[in-house]
Amino acid sequence: MKSPKVLILSAPGTNCAIETSNAFAELGARPDIVPLRLFKEKRVRLLDYDIFILPGGFSYGDEVSAGKILAAQVKLHITDIKNFIRMGRPVIGICNGFQVLVKAGILPFSPSCEQSASFVANDSGRFEDRWVHLRINTQNPSLFFKGLPEMIELPVAHGEGKLVLRSPKQLEDLKRNRSIAMQYVSDDGKIAPYPANPNGSVFNIAALTNPDGNCLGMMPHPERYTKIHHHPNWTRQTFQKQAFGMAILKNAVDYCRG
Amino acid sequence: MTEKIENSTFSVQVLSDFNSLGVKELKNLSAQNLWSLNEKEILAVQMYFRSLKRNPTRAEIETVAQSWSEHCRHKTFKSPIRYQEGSRTVLIKNLFEETIARATRQTKKPWCLSVFKDNAGIISFGNKGKWALAFKVETHNHPCAIEPKGGAETGLGGVIRDVLAAGLGAKPVLSTDIFCVAPPDKKLSLPSKALSPERILRGLIAGVRDYGNRMGIPTAAGGLYFDEGYALNPLVFVGSVGVLPATAVKKEIRPGDLIVVAGGLTGKDGLHGATFSSANLNGEDHSTAVQIGHPLNEKRVMEALLAARDQKLYRSVTDCGAGGLSSAVTEMADIVGARLHLEKEILKASDMEPWEIWVSESQERMVFAVPPSNLKAFEKIFADEGVKTRMIGEFVKTGRIEVLWNGQTLINLSLKFLNNGIPVEEKKAVYISPKIAESRVFPKKSLSEQLRDILSHLNVCSREWLIRQYDHEVQGGTVIKPLQGTRHDGPGDASVIWPQAATKDISDLFGFAVGHGLNPSSGKIDPYQMAWLCADEALRNILCVGADISRAAFLDNFCWGNPENPQVLGSLVKAAWGCRDASLGFQVPFISGKDSLYNESKDASGKMVSVPGTLLISAIAPVPNIEKAVTMDMKGPGNSLYIVGQTGEEMGGSLYNELNGIAGGVVPRVDVRCVRRNFAAVYQAMSKGLVASAHDLSEGGLLAAITEMAFSGEFGAMIDLDAVPKQKPIYSSEVLLFSETPSRILLEVKPEHEAAFVKCVKGSCVKRVGTSIANPIIKIIGLDGLVLFEESTAPFKAAWQRTVLP
Repeated sequence: MKSPKVLILSAPGTNCAIETSNAFAELGARPDIVPLRLFKEKRVRLLDYDIFILPGGFSYGDEVSAGKILAAQVKLHITDIKNFIRMGRPVIGICNGFQVLVKAGILPFSPSCEQSASFVANDSGRFEDRWVHLRINTQNPSLFFKGLPEMIELPVAHGEGKLVLRSPKQLEDLKRNRSIAMQYVSDDGKIAPYPANPNGSVFNIAALTNPDGNCLGMMPHPERYTKIHHHPNWTRQTFQKQAFGMAILKNAVDYCRG
Repeated sequence: MTEKIENSTFSVQVLSDFNSLGVKELKNLSAQNLWSLNEKEILAVQMYFRSLKRNPTRAEIETVAQSWSEHCRHKTFKSPIRYQEGSRTVLIKNLFEETIARATRQTKKPWCLSVFKDNAGIISFGNKGKWALAFKVETHNHPCAIEPKGGAETGLGGVIRDVLAAGLGAKPVLSTDIFCVAPPDKKLSLPSKALSPERILRGLIAGVRDYGNRMGIPTAAGGLYFDEGYALNPLVFVGSVGVLPATAVKKEIRPGDLIVVAGGLTGKDGLHGATFSSANLNGEDHSTAVQIGHPLNEKRVMEALLAARDQKLYRSVTDCGAGGLSSAVTEMADIVGARLHLEKEILKASDMEPWEIWVSESQERMVFAVPPSNLKAFEKIFADEGVKTRMIGEFVKTGRIEVLWNGQTLINLSLKFLNNGIPVEEKKAVYISPKIAESRVFPKKSLSEQLRDILSHLNVCSREWLIRQYDHEVQGGTVIKPLQGTRHDGPGDASVIWPQAATKDISDLFGFAVGHGLNPSSGKIDPYQMAWLCADEALRNILCVGADISRAAFLDNFCWGNPENPQVLGSLVKAAWGCRDASLGFQVPFISGKDSLYNESKDASGKMVSVPGTLLISAIAPVPNIEKAVTMDMKGPGNSLYIVGQTGEEMGGSLYNELNGIAGGVVPRVDVRCVRRNFAAVYQAMSKGLVASAHDLSEGGLLAAITEMAFSGEFGAMIDLDAVPKQKPIYSSEVLLFSETPSRILLEVKPEHEAAFVKCVKGSCVKRVGTSIANPIIKIIGLDGLVLFEESTAPFKAAWQRTVLP
């Protein structure tokens, strides 16, 4: 397959579709920003696409709670998502998209798609936009982190980013099936509290995958680091010559190219 | 006196004895109804209706009142003014025309595509002028004093709509916000109904945060200024920059085009916002005058509008801001004319009188001129986004504004009367230059204490706590962030935006920068110089990140007290002259502006207090290649440090004077010829990649600026005061360290670039004053050649990072 088709879902309040689309276009993929409405009207089929992106934003104003309404809509109108994931095609939920995946019960993965985790307000009590250090779990089987170093930086920007789990046992399960994809760490790579952990997430979790590793939910924004000039310190020229956000999206595209 | 001529719940109200009322009764009527029409104006209205031999409907008077309001008409700026200063009298016919507009005309910049006419100023942008930038900054002071969060939300929502309605619509790519408030840490005695400064500030931040973040527009060029003079009347400046195709700049109205309203429904929120903005805030309840914002609705409107624009489905658009439909439709009808059926408007409240529907300022509504053949396609796009549209009339070639309510005439006014009928009144302005004796105090504080006090001053200290609450990176275009340096926490001079989300072309490296200049403390001494200083600061800020200031444009925002007070008007005139001269001096045109007057309230003792005359000048300029942008953090040891511009003994209005209790003094002057040469040389050097970092010298002067550069880059610096270029000999090291002479910038140059840099800046005043060092310390060599100051930067950074709001 030469040029993978990327479906970027838009709904009222999604904000990051265009820059995500620009990144995929730059990678030579064929991105389409598809309004949820077309799913309701059955005018579009998810399975016609190779990659599915739920971009960031404030879907439906994040009323009720972040991503809740869109999650209900996705469950209702994009029923193919389970098949899409089962077929091994890449899915990325970014920020609000991750919140949607969690609230739709798709992550943490369960066969019954029952919601088992949630997001609550940041411990700091406010929306925060900043760059964080992340450690990629090298045990995680996912397709998204090939060729990336263990430690990367990406920006986060959210007010309800604290991942909470149902029980300590659930955390053990996530560790055991290697579903924790990224953790917030300090600049020297240690699991550390705020501000290294920007929201107070349990076990500093920043990203999760399903056990197969093709469905990724992440709070940081890869589409905001697609060019080295996105990094806050590009003028200092001390960072690596790779835009890590672009690298994550590229892995999805390369995976589809086979 | 109101007579109902129809027996339904809603009816046309005729003011049946209006034409026979006397002056006193007319004035009472105007006051009761919040029309804010003065004696001459209401008499002109009466004369008009007497000539028509009929009484007006309430809706007609409301239309005139909002159309003639200070908010819509800028009467102060457009009336004749008799100005007096000492024995000198000047007669000004039209202040706006003779200052700001004239300067813009005289600078003759062909890349100004639309100035002062549209909802925002528009300049050419991008390679081969393929794109255009629309920029607007507005004030939203009165609503924010009453309901800070709601006021800030609707202020931002309103200015975003202005940009959406600039040309045929621009995609907003940056929001800016500046708040002038009283210090939250001071105990002030306030009147019972006034909100505390802390509550106001928290509300304003929450408003911009919640609205801006949800709109998906980065808020990345802001400011915060504290002065006790804003305790009763906070000032809120919100701005928006949008990108539109150069082909979408022109709008027109053709008779036969349909008038279509799209967006939120009309309710009782925001009655009389336009006229209320010229009323004094005296603790009465004005809650219905403040609107309620809903970002998701505005976002839906934005998406639909941009899609409809790209399909060329409408010929003109304007937003429903102050004055609601009344203002939007009359503005669009201009000289053509319009006929409307107001009952077609969709309401969210059932108990609205027709005149209320006409002037309601319910948010998130836009008015379009749609050719009939496009109506279906137009409606479909909006329906797809979940936005309600309603066709409420058409433009007709009558020169009148006619509004029908279920077949009955609600309004029938000639546009000529509305546009030109307003009586002009000569205003009196007096300027008395303040006699402030310069006190000679010799501060006993050490330099270290002085520096700590400056860096922890509310107007200097870190804004990180605030900036991080705004999503300043959405749209993936913030390539120079507001916070800079090793730990992403240093005070950047400006952000650079690369609008890839609007151009959808990531090979296009064109970007732009926005900066602001605000300096009310110098205005208290000399409002004319204040304008120069604001213009200089705004340009300096964007130059520091690598913007091409030969392509810069200015926006003005004047916030003054009551212009009926000749002294208030006198200082306003001075500042406007300053704007004119600064614009001509720098050869930078003004493209848009706004004024907000009557910013005064009664204090706890019942005395009327007005805000300090406050001018905000915002500058926008392209950064032709974002990969050449520059930040303020020191990049490494062993680099040369250069200072641009000469330092003068000008301590008037400086932070040093304020902190040491020194009054008066000379307000700095801008030596514009010299400055233009210096700034052009700096831009040349930057565009060749010869400058490693640049930071402007502003509040606190040289010592504060070098300390900020050093701690942001986690290096140190050594500066020799003897090498600092001086206008005249200066023998005081404190003056050299703390003077706030404008137009000065610190530059860091790497050794490998030094020869080329020196060649590049030849002929301008750019002098080497020191070196960067690996040790994170600041070392100052005094005029006597001895070490004057040698301190580690760490405690100063800590002082700078103080808590503002716990």
